[in-house]
Amino acid sequence: MARLKALLLWFFGVASRPSTHFSLAFLALGGFICGIMFWGAFNTALELTNTEKFCTGCHEMHDNVYQELQRTVHFSNRSGVRATCPDCHVPHDWTDKIARKMQASKEVWGKVFGTISTRDKFLNHRLELAKHEWARMEANDSLECRNCHSAIAMDFTKQTSRAAAIHAKFLISKERTCIDCHKGIAHELPDMTGIEPGWQEPPEERGRESLIELLRRFATTIPAQSN
Amino acid sequence: MCGQGRSGLIGFQAALAGALSGGALILMCGAIYAQSAPQIVPRLTGDAAPMTNEPAPPLARPVTDDKRVMRNYPEQPPVIPHSIENYQLTVRANRCLDCHRRQYTEGSGAPMISVTHFMDRDGQVLADVTPRRYFCTTCHVNQTDARPLVPNTFRDMALSPPPPRQ
Repeated sequence: MARLKALLLWFFGVASRPSTHFSLAFLALGGFICGIMFWGAFNTALELTNTEKFCTGCHEMHDNVYQELQRTVHFSNRSGVRATCPDCHVPHDWTDKIARKMQASKEVWGKVFGTISTRDKFLNHRLELAKHEWARMEANDSLECRNCHSAIAMDFTKQTSRAAAIHAKFLISKERTCIDCHKGIAHELPDMTGIEPGWQEPPEERGRESLIELLRRFATTIPAQSN
Repeated sequence: MCGQGRSGLIGFQAALAGALSGGALILMCGAIYAQSAPQIVPRLTGDAAPMTNEPAPPLARPVTDDKRVMRNYPEQPPVIPHSIENYQLTVRANRCLDCHRRQYTEGSGAPMISVTHFMDRDGQVLADVTPRRYFCTTCHVNQTDARPLVPNTFRDMALSPPPPRQ
C-alpha cells in the first residue's frame, strides 16, 4: 500500500510539472496523433465484434440461432439483401451501440460459465432470452426493423388485403410496433404456451372494433375513394 | 396318433398348394394388367433413370389472395388462402392458432378451428385443440398455381345438373 502511494505521488510529481525536454508542439501533435490511433483501433476492434463471423464464432450462436436464421427470408431471398446478426441485435447509433456492448459483457459471463452451452440448456433459457429481445424492441419501437423497413416506403397495394388492413390499423396508427406481431421471423419461437399473439389488444382495450369489422370497413372505403 | 399326423400333413400340403397356385394366378393377372393398362399416372417419385441428374421443375407459387375457397365436398379440410411460409408449427409454437384459436377469432376475424378439432379419438370434447388435430398442415394446405399431375373428372354433385332419367 505504501509502495502504491509512493508510486502515485511520483507520477503526480512528474505529470504536474511542465515538460523540460519536449516542445509544446511535439506534445500537442503527438497527443493528437496518438488519440487518432487509439480511436481508430478502438473502433476497429468494436466493429470486429459487430460481424456475423464474430457472433457465430461460438458454438452457442452457431449451432442454435444461426442455423435457424439460415432458413428464413432474412438470410436468403429473391433480391439478395441479407440481414446479419448485428443488423437486428445491435443499435446503429453510437451511444446506444456502446450501451448494448456494455450489456453484452453479461453474455461473456454466460459464455465463461456455460449458461447455454448445450442444446437443452439453450432451449430452457430460450423464452427468457427471447423476452429480453422482445422487450428491447418494444422499448425502442422496433428500431432495428425500421433501419431497413420504413412504414412510409411500404406500398400497401403490393401487400395482400389482409396484411394491408392490419398494417393500416396497427402500424400507421402506431398502436403496435413491428415485433408485437412479427415474433419468431428470424429464429424459432420458444415455448409460446400462455403467450398471447402480439396483435391481441391489451386487456384494458378489449371490446373495441374487431378486425373483421375493420376488414369490412376497409373493403367498403376503397371503392368509395377511387370514385 | 400316427394316422392323425399323416392326415394333418396331407391337409397342410393341400392348403400350401392352393395358396401357391392362387398366388401365381394373382401374379400373372397383375403382370398382364400392368402391361395392358393405360399409363395415365406419371411417376410421382424420382427420375425415370434413377442414377441421373435431372433438372428439378420450377417451384409453383402459392395462392395468397385471402379469398376463402369453397369446399369440393362437405368433409374436405378447407384450404389455406394465405401464405404460410416459415410459419412455425412445432410442439412449442403454432403460428396458425395465433389467429384461428377460438379465443382469438373475434379479434383476428379468422375462421375458428371446427368443433371436431376439440374432440379426442373417443369423442370426448376438450377445452382446447386436441393433440391429434394440432398439426394443421397434416390436412390443411395452401394451393399453388401448379397444373394437376393427373387428369381429374370430379364433378360436384350439388353444382352439376342431374343426369337425364332413362
